[in-house]
Amino acid sequence: MNETKAPEAPRKLGATAPRTRLSKLFDNRWAGLAGLLIALLAPFVNASDYALSIMTSAAIFAMLASGLNIVVGYTGLLDLGYAAFFAVGAYTSGVLATRFELPLLVTVPAVIVVTVIAGIIIGAPTLRLRSDYLAIVTLGFGEIIRITANNLPVTGGPSGIYGIPSLTDSPVTFYYVTVVIVAIAIIGASRLGRSRLGRAMRFVREDEDAAEATGVHTYRVKLAAYIAGAVWGGLAGVLFAGHLSAISPNSFTFLQSALVLMAVVLGGMGSVPGVVLGAIVISLLPELLRGVADYRYFIFGVLLIIVMLVRPQGLWPARSKEALK
Amino acid sequence: MTQLVWNGLFVGSFYALVALGYSMVYGIIKLLNFAHGDLYMLGAFSGFAVLSALGGVSAAMTLPVLLAVLLLTMVSTGLAGVVLERVAYRPLRGAPRLSLLITAVGASFAIEYGMRIVAGPDPQVYPVRLSGTAFEVFGASLTLPQLVLIGVAVVLMVGLHLLVAKTREGRAMRAIALDPRTSSLMGIDVNAVISRTFFIGSALAGAAGVMAGAYYGKIDFLMGFLIGLKAFTAAVIGGIGNIPGTMLGGLVLGLLESFGTYWLGGEWRDVFAFGVLILFLTVRPTGLLGERVTERV
Amino acid sequence: MTLLEVRELRLAFGGLVAIDGLSFSVGEAEIVSVIGPNGAGKTSAFNCVTGFYRPTGGTIAFDGKSLLGKRPSAVAAAGISRTFQNLRLFGELSVLDNVRAGSHLRLKQSVFDALLHTPRYRRTERECTAEANHWLDFVGLRGDRCSEARNLPYGEQRRVEIARALAREPRLLLLDEPAAGLNHAEKTEMLDLIRRIRDLGIAIVLIEHDMGLVMQVSERIVVLNFGKEIADGRPEEVRRDPAVIEAYLGSDTHA
Repeated sequence: MNETKAPEAPRKLGATAPRTRLSKLFDNRWAGLAGLLIALLAPFVNASDYALSIMTSAAIFAMLASGLNIVVGYTGLLDLGYAAFFAVGAYTSGVLATRFELPLLVTVPAVIVVTVIAGIIIGAPTLRLRSDYLAIVTLGFGEIIRITANNLPVTGGPSGIYGIPSLTDSPVTFYYVTVVIVAIAIIGASRLGRSRLGRAMRFVREDEDAAEATGVHTYRVKLAAYIAGAVWGGLAGVLFAGHLSAISPNSFTFLQSALVLMAVVLGGMGSVPGVVLGAIVISLLPELLRGVADYRYFIFGVLLIIVMLVRPQGLWPARSKEALK
Repeated sequence: MTQLVWNGLFVGSFYALVALGYSMVYGIIKLLNFAHGDLYMLGAFSGFAVLSALGGVSAAMTLPVLLAVLLLTMVSTGLAGVVLERVAYRPLRGAPRLSLLITAVGASFAIEYGMRIVAGPDPQVYPVRLSGTAFEVFGASLTLPQLVLIGVAVVLMVGLHLLVAKTREGRAMRAIALDPRTSSLMGIDVNAVISRTFFIGSALAGAAGVMAGAYYGKIDFLMGFLIGLKAFTAAVIGGIGNIPGTMLGGLVLGLLESFGTYWLGGEWRDVFAFGVLILFLTVRPTGLLGERVTERV
Repeated sequence: MTLLEVRELRLAFGGLVAIDGLSFSVGEAEIVSVIGPNGAGKTSAFNCVTGFYRPTGGTIAFDGKSLLGKRPSAVAAAGISRTFQNLRLFGELSVLDNVRAGSHLRLKQSVFDALLHTPRYRRTERECTAEANHWLDFVGLRGDRCSEARNLPYGEQRRVEIARALAREPRLLLLDEPAAGLNHAEKTEMLDLIRRIRDLGIAIVLIEHDMGLVMQVSERIVVLNFGKEIADGRPEEVRRDPAVIEAYLGSDTHA
């Protein structure tokens, strides 16, 4: 009993801890830098318009995945209607840019405001629900947004909006702008995850009651996660609108939401490098495996089941071991 | 007015049939079987396959043949549900709810796009089409097939209700819903009962699929998505896990949609239905007939 | 001076009455034990105080202010921490993160600090980790602090849960069977830990089945049976109370 009594001096961490921490730090930084480097150098390998378009889409998709990861990975809330925020961002930006002839960049503040409001409208009534109800309700909301866009005159109905001005004229410049914005978004999501709020999200995911008991207002934290996810999705929507210069309700179906979810699950829920990897795999795989295009979604579905059964932590799992200090 | 009521009841009885499977599975193992709507689609396609194999069906024989096909489809869809549970859900029993939900989404995808590989992306025209001369009842025009389909739905639902309320099997189901561990200690084969629950729920969805195919005449691999959502809505309205409540919920949703469409226009029908779902979940998540449960720590 | 004041507390689940008119108070830096047979309503009383259950009747006041209708996080903010009967750690998070949860309310860090990694972010993170380490030292945790909490042995997990509750810097700590499942040596350490917590000036309400521990550590004992309070007094009084003896051993009429 005596030797364990009240150690006053700070106890040393395990002897190996500092080194593994240091190496992990490098792990993460290196992975991020390497990823960014690959993204920046890719156009030197292939700069055809087609390749650039695919790569730009993949980068936007990675941003979506990092946003959904805040909701699903950090906070443990299943959102099956994430495309709704993507749509809100894209349409807000598209409508403002075409109706008022504003440059895309100027629409960004408005997009942030509108997506925050959308996040609150969708989240506030639903986040009190049990997690499985939440999943279906978000799906319902996703459909509501899509059908609404399909029916309203201001959003152009089924044919959508076209002639949205891009940020730049050259596809290469647009690709680089996208990569920089997406990289900032990914770093932001990752920093959010390592903050007070990000920790609170994980407490909610692990055990809501215990989180409440330590003073975490779980409802507010869930709403914050939802709003953050909405803003990430909405800003990705702006890039999407600028990239394609035309948007229609067909881009924001349940399929789109499900694909982003797959990227998050496959890559590793809660792991930022994981979900980025997942997003790149999900968006580039069909390009590499043209022959099996018909089987693609079937394979994705089976893959989801297999991942959950065999490797629920995903390809590149989130670390729960302490790394940074 | 009566026409709106009649249309609502007709569509609502489909919703109710599909919703029952949702509700039963949820009631017993607290799993939202996201792929349930796809079992409905599977039912429609297996009925399609059988009917196509039979070749032409003479007009006079349509109804009896359809009933036989209905039974066959119910068995095959039921088995599909059992396999689904065995492969995708059972290994994860006790896992976090998030994992189960994701698996269910995966299963839904696999079934939908698996069928797309088999049957192709385009809608298929059903080999038989139920149509009949309309006659007037209280100012609403309805057809014989509509009456028969409602009749079948009612028979299936009453049968299910009797099964759950009166039989040994039903008692076992209710026991597992309350406490699976204690049930297994009392000698109930929990896995077998859950399998049979999936069988029954999926068979009902399959029956609804065939009926929808024969009535509307067209089927496609994504037809289960929307009805799955609607069925969930119906189950929530009535009180998920509660069988009479779910039937009621189906009819209520059918009626609400029918009137909502009349007031708002057909393009807003689904928005209206999901709006009702969200309203119910916010205001009365236990549904019309669900009992209140005190959440325990 | 009274810190926690529970008056005529009632809790019913439908027709089942879990707590039926419970009254007790806890003074500053006092150790009060709540004992009673299983199902007597002890944990339910904890859940009422901490806002997890909404009592059907009665009042609960902490430091003169009512806690009724507050959500658990607000109760925690008011200065009450708790542990759970069946250990509720954040299993997949590191031990340090678990304890950092306790600092959540006091951490002055905005989202912008986090996104921009401002000096304030670095400082608050450093402080938060230092605090977590401090409390882990205080409870005497021996295991690896960087690994997942669920990998620790059971006794160590108990300590982490207490460290998490202490990191909140509460004025009142509710411990729900902290010694359950611990071996003899660990129980002795727990006894010592409870006393050291009290010496920090924190009042403690303890639910515990180990009578040896209860008798040694408590200043007052409240005895519950079937949701009713049957005794309230110093350990030696309670030990001799006929109603308590009957509740624990059964009366002759039942035999």
